[in-house]
Amino acid sequence: MTESNQIHDHEHETARLLKPQNPVGIVGYGAYVPRYRLPAKEVSRVWTNGTGGLPILEKSVPGSDEDVATMSIEAARNALGRAQIAPTEIRAVWVGSESHPYAVKPTSTIVAEAIGAVPSTQAADWEFACKAGTEAMVAAMGVVGSGMMGYAMAIGMDTAQGRPGDALEYTAGAGGAAFIIGPADKALAEIESTYSFVTDTPDFWRRAYQKYPEHGHRFTGEPAYFKHITSAGEAMFEATGTKAEDYKFAVFHQPNTKFPQRAGAMLGFTPEQIETGLLVPRIGNTYSGAAIIGLTAILDIAEPGDRIMLVSFGSGAGSDAMVLRVTDNIKGKPQLATKTEDYIARRTEIDYAEYVRMRGKLTMK
Amino acid sequence: MDIPRHWRLKKQRYALMGEVCGHCDAKLFPPRDICPECGEEAKTLFQFSGRGEVYSHTTVYDPPQGYESQAPYTLAMVKLEEGPLVTAQLTDLGEQEAEIGMPVEMVTRLLRSATDERGLLVYGYKFRPAVAG
Repeated sequence: MTESNQIHDHEHETARLLKPQNPVGIVGYGAYVPRYRLPAKEVSRVWTNGTGGLPILEKSVPGSDEDVATMSIEAARNALGRAQIAPTEIRAVWVGSESHPYAVKPTSTIVAEAIGAVPSTQAADWEFACKAGTEAMVAAMGVVGSGMMGYAMAIGMDTAQGRPGDALEYTAGAGGAAFIIGPADKALAEIESTYSFVTDTPDFWRRAYQKYPEHGHRFTGEPAYFKHITSAGEAMFEATGTKAEDYKFAVFHQPNTKFPQRAGAMLGFTPEQIETGLLVPRIGNTYSGAAIIGLTAILDIAEPGDRIMLVSFGSGAGSDAMVLRVTDNIKGKPQLATKTEDYIARRTEIDYAEYVRMRGKLTMK
Repeated sequence: MDIPRHWRLKKQRYALMGEVCGHCDAKLFPPRDICPECGEEAKTLFQFSGRGEVYSHTTVYDPPQGYESQAPYTLAMVKLEEGPLVTAQLTDLGEQEAEIGMPVEMVTRLLRSATDERGLLVYGYKFRPAVAG
């Protein structure tokens, strides 16, 4: 076999880090979680007579007047409040989600208009199951790091869908985060490098015109979530010459409580390193928002010099890993907008009937 | 079709964009280009903070078409920090009762539910109890 027709084994390829030409980082960040909570035991009560296992404590539920556009607007305003820049300096508004309100018409133009970033801006909606938000962040790193733009905004936000009675209904939550990416010298956390691990893995999908997604049950674990998260994380360790103990915090995509705990342990992280960013037991799986809203909870309490590893996961499938280093600019920033834990503490419990009404699951015609 | 109307009002609806009078410094909402205080021209855009307090409120149990999915809901007159009085829905009340004097903040929400599945989604300002933090 000649070298040119050898099959390239990408899984064992040495990680190639993505680093922008000019250093970049997070200049402002903002979270959003809706007010309502549906306890997992309510879903179990209705569908399994209370005998089903509970993957989380409770999930966040959006009010009937909320969607990915309104939730993105609030997170974006929080990010702007912390960045303290004029909205017109933002040259891209990118919203990653799998629950965009329209099939055709960008969520991002509504968000850009509401925050005052129009008209000299890029605007687009991104989709890659649960990693659309980090995908937009990597793109933002590129356009800022190349010098094309001063600032770019990347949002990951979802009002996740789960078929009534399905395993996903216990966890499919609502929430997410917005980040303004800018030059590293103005950043509260520099994003030192990123690496993505992507394969065609059919673990979860939603076909066109379908309300609810399908999933591959146990197939969603080993070959999908764990394979991609740990491969991206290990590649990142190898390429940066770091180990789990070099990080103060780690945060992963979190579809339920156990998966990120196990992925963290597989990579060598302790429960203490992952607990700050592990929000899924209290707000559910926020899909495109899940890993990055965990990052906002970490930034709310982080100190200068802290290193953070983030690894997202999107079904279909892929993981984006990022290494961040918190800078002196973090001082005073968390207080400039509503903190993630304050949103989580703002909590009104609802029962399954109220949930069904709020989420539009009642047939009126 | 009311597309042009929604499009024309988007700045004030999405973000409480009003005007300030260059002569007497009164803040205007909704924007109307002529200052109601001094009668002079007032065309300078002004971004309201969105903070205010409930001046008065009522609950709607018999909603007009397009608002059925949210009923019963609370309507309030909100006294903005900068002066004007605005009528809007209160949202995210949860178990809280609306009260006169309650501190509130502006949020952008779906104003009208899409009862017509093919129609436009209309977004605009509402107010909710101010979140701690």
